[in-house]
Amino acid sequence: MTNKTVLHAKHLEAGAKMVDFHGWEMPINYGSQIEEHHAVRTDAGMFDVSHMTIVDVKGSDAKAYLRRLVINDVAKLEVAGKALYTGMCNDEGGVIDDLIIYFFTDTDYRLVVNSATREKDLAWMNKQAEGFDITITERPEFGMIAVQGPQAKAKVATLLSAEQTQAVDGMKPFFGVQAGELFIATTGYTGENGYEIVVPQEQAADLWQQLLDAGVKPCGLGARDTLRLEAGMNLYGLDMDETVSPLAANMAWTISWEPSDRNFIGRDVLAAQREAGDQPKLVGLVMTDKGVLRSGLKVISAAGEGVITSGTFSPTLQHSIAMARVPRSVKVGDTVEVEMRKKLVKVNVVKPSFVRNGKSQLD
Amino acid sequence: MSNIPSELRYATSHEWVRNEGDGIVTVGITEHAQELLGDMVFVELPEVGESVSTGDDVAVAESVKAASDIYAPVSGEVVEVNEDLEDSPELVNSDAFGDGWMFKIKLEDESELAALLDAEGYENSIDED
Repeated sequence: MTNKTVLHAKHLEAGAKMVDFHGWEMPINYGSQIEEHHAVRTDAGMFDVSHMTIVDVKGSDAKAYLRRLVINDVAKLEVAGKALYTGMCNDEGGVIDDLIIYFFTDTDYRLVVNSATREKDLAWMNKQAEGFDITITERPEFGMIAVQGPQAKAKVATLLSAEQTQAVDGMKPFFGVQAGELFIATTGYTGENGYEIVVPQEQAADLWQQLLDAGVKPCGLGARDTLRLEAGMNLYGLDMDETVSPLAANMAWTISWEPSDRNFIGRDVLAAQREAGDQPKLVGLVMTDKGVLRSGLKVISAAGEGVITSGTFSPTLQHSIAMARVPRSVKVGDTVEVEMRKKLVKVNVVKPSFVRNGKSQLD
Repeated sequence: MSNIPSELRYATSHEWVRNEGDGIVTVGITEHAQELLGDMVFVELPEVGESVSTGDDVAVAESVKAASDIYAPVSGEVVEVNEDLEDSPELVNSDAFGDGWMFKIKLEDESELAALLDAEGYENSIDED
């Protein structure tokens, strides 16, 4: 059984090449992944992200529940609309999923989780809800469109009502606001400015068409992957999963250790791992020679072996980049080797962030 | 359905072969193959003067998505490679049967051409994929 988003017909209309993505029939590209990538870096592109799962958590214990459920602390959220990126771990400290939590009030939160992990996420969330006075409600009646790029906000602005314009005016990064029938958030997955817009399903195709008419280029999952990797953003299932600690996935910054009495799931295991300091870490790799680093390739360093978790050709930088999990003692600036097609190739270790706001971060 | 020119010969591994009539053939990958691979970012070509045998992996097409071996569809000597692909690998996407050609082979045994698929045979082979 293949799921289709509410925008499926619009993708076919635009000539998309459709692929199966974790049970969803989604556009991989509309002709050229590289052209779509450049559109987002230099102008504005949009992605159908309706396959992602929106879950509302409400109730008198919503805050207490989320303070237990995720590794970051939702108590940090005090301004309505503020969003938080974090991980949800199992009892062994492995990452069940990464997610964004939008805060409205202490009794009202919205979570956006991955589509590939929807069922296990919901099962886990419901299991952990025992004893808390909350309701967990999936919101499949919404579509979701991400509009990203230096011109994204300006192009979206041409479609908004006066009331909606006012609602998003001056909105800082990582916020979301209900503006009329749209929920508009300054979150994204490309390293560019823009919005993620949650729209009632029956209006999704119209919004997509209006964005097309405003000159926003439709972009597929292919460009989404090269953009997010250039931005150094993790992809669930590649860069982390249930067998990987957030400490080994460049997600330590999403763990709130204070206050020390907040007993989030996985805390004991993660605290012991932090104390031991023996978890591997996720770094960036850069290869300026010909060829493309790919996930699964072996990394050889003086400190031991590692593995590429995500690798691609960077259309912005015009050479290959990757994220790799390597021994903790490997440092930014080191040279390591990657085993590619039975050859050893030297690559440089960098911070896992390659391009932001259209600019190389490697200089 | 992608274009499959009837005047060319094909290998099931998606190379096309054009007989230039002087014992030399030009080789590239089909439009169908470039569609499967997507945007090409590097093409690693064989050396001129290299002897190759049918089925040898002689070149690599790296797209954003995957690296794919290119096989010699016939035996012989590589007499020319398409150096334009060095700077413009996207020619394989934009003109797979023309400017996106990869290398030329001086045939060792002309009868090998007869063993390759014709357009209809190739079309049938990709329908089975």
